[in-house]
Amino acid sequence: MSLDKDQVQHIATLARLNLTDDEYAESVEKLSKIVDFVDQLSQADTEGVTPMAHPLDAVQRLRPDVVTETDERDRYQANAASVTDGLYLVPKVIE
Amino acid sequence: MALYEKTAGELVAGFEAGDFTSVEVTAALLDRIAASDDRLNALVTVTADQAMAAAEKADAARAAGGGGPLNGVPLIHKDIFCTRGVRTSCGSKMLDNFISPYDATVVERLANAGAVMLGKANMDEFAMGSSNETSYYGPVRNPWDLERSPGGSSGGSAASVAARLAPAATATDTGGSIRQPAALTNTVGLKPTYGRVSRYGMIAFASSLDQAGTITRTAEDAARLLAVMAGFDERDSTSIDEPVPDYVAELGASVKGLKIGVVRQHFDEGLDADCGARVRDAIDVLESLGATTVEVDLPNLDLVVHAELPSNHETLLHRSGRTGRAGKRGRSVLFAPANRRRSVERLLSDAGVGRQILSVNYLAAAAGNQFQKFNK
Repeated sequence: MSLDKDQVQHIATLARLNLTDDEYAESVEKLSKIVDFVDQLSQADTEGVTPMAHPLDAVQRLRPDVVTETDERDRYQANAASVTDGLYLVPKVIE
Repeated sequence: MALYEKTAGELVAGFEAGDFTSVEVTAALLDRIAASDDRLNALVTVTADQAMAAAEKADAARAAGGGGPLNGVPLIHKDIFCTRGVRTSCGSKMLDNFISPYDATVVERLANAGAVMLGKANMDEFAMGSSNETSYYGPVRNPWDLERSPGGSSGGSAASVAARLAPAATATDTGGSIRQPAALTNTVGLKPTYGRVSRYGMIAFASSLDQAGTITRTAEDAARLLAVMAGFDERDSTSIDEPVPDYVAELGASVKGLKIGVVRQHFDEGLDADCGARVRDAIDVLESLGATTVEVDLPNLDLVVHAELPSNHETLLHRSGRTGRAGKRGRSVLFAPANRRRSVERLLSDAGVGRQILSVNYLAAAAGNQFQKFNK
């Protein structure tokens, strides 16, 4: 299965990317290759293959529900462009 | 031998014997960085004052009869590891002004062992690259040939160690980011088993594949660093709670009886002939030392996607010299456990095959194979 330019244009719009015609041509080709490869994967014969989630059979570890974080607010806020009274100030994006 | 040329093992022995101090070694390496890194661009941050203070502390600890296993040994951290109070950029403009509020577990453990951080290594942006040409801070040069790439994404770590800016550097590997730059810079790269080293404070690329490791000039140094870095960490939920072998004590053990898997498909079309020949040479040497090899069949290898497919594979191969001089130096991987590396390395050296045959390039070669098929 191959993608066409309209589909890539739609993806680019969703991703807010501005592509030139050359970049469209390249993207159509590259993304099509990926889709083709997924097609190849879906045709693989997995009959009788036991799924392996982890080579060491590890499972998700749980921990006691206790507070382990220390208060580092000042350090975190030092990375922000603008703060006041412990709040992060950002440019207004919603009218 | 100049101080900057010494390996971590030689530094530990020299400190112990009182031949020199960490302050002297750290100053020598900082001088070398200042004199040569404008050509290599291997470091994005040099923490000179902090390093000298840490070296003084290490010397004082030694004088008081204390200090950890890497006490006073300078090293460089890949800029993917969070370092408290020091910029952690991950090679990106987005994090250019990010001062980490905490240390990664790897950074913390190495510091607790007495290691001295000289600075932070350049890398492909967010580790997404295999040539070190995608960093916001500009490309890293290969010290063996400034026109070539040192590989990536841990290219700054590899170039630093190859250029003797530090005896060792931390690095990370998702789909070759330690092994491939090690292969291209004549250094020893080790990607430990997933879960062996904590990923806490290591900026994620692909969380189920990322693993922290080392770039050094000897297998012995890889063992020394891994011994400190490895082990369970409750702050990383995928960290494996298994005992850590004494890698350093097991250096020099025989490979007799070791069973080594050789994947047949990795020698199919697409493998550089020189690289393939060097791997075969190494297999012969291992067999002559008493290891047995077993051919392993992975019929579905065509369906495997390499995790770090570079966007421009041909440029990478060309610049990295896989088809040129670096290729002829031929780094190869053997499936020998880290704790046997020293003996294998020594014997390979005796056999004239070259010490760095143990740099892990096997996946790089195999990945090259996959890239070519993928790009056809």
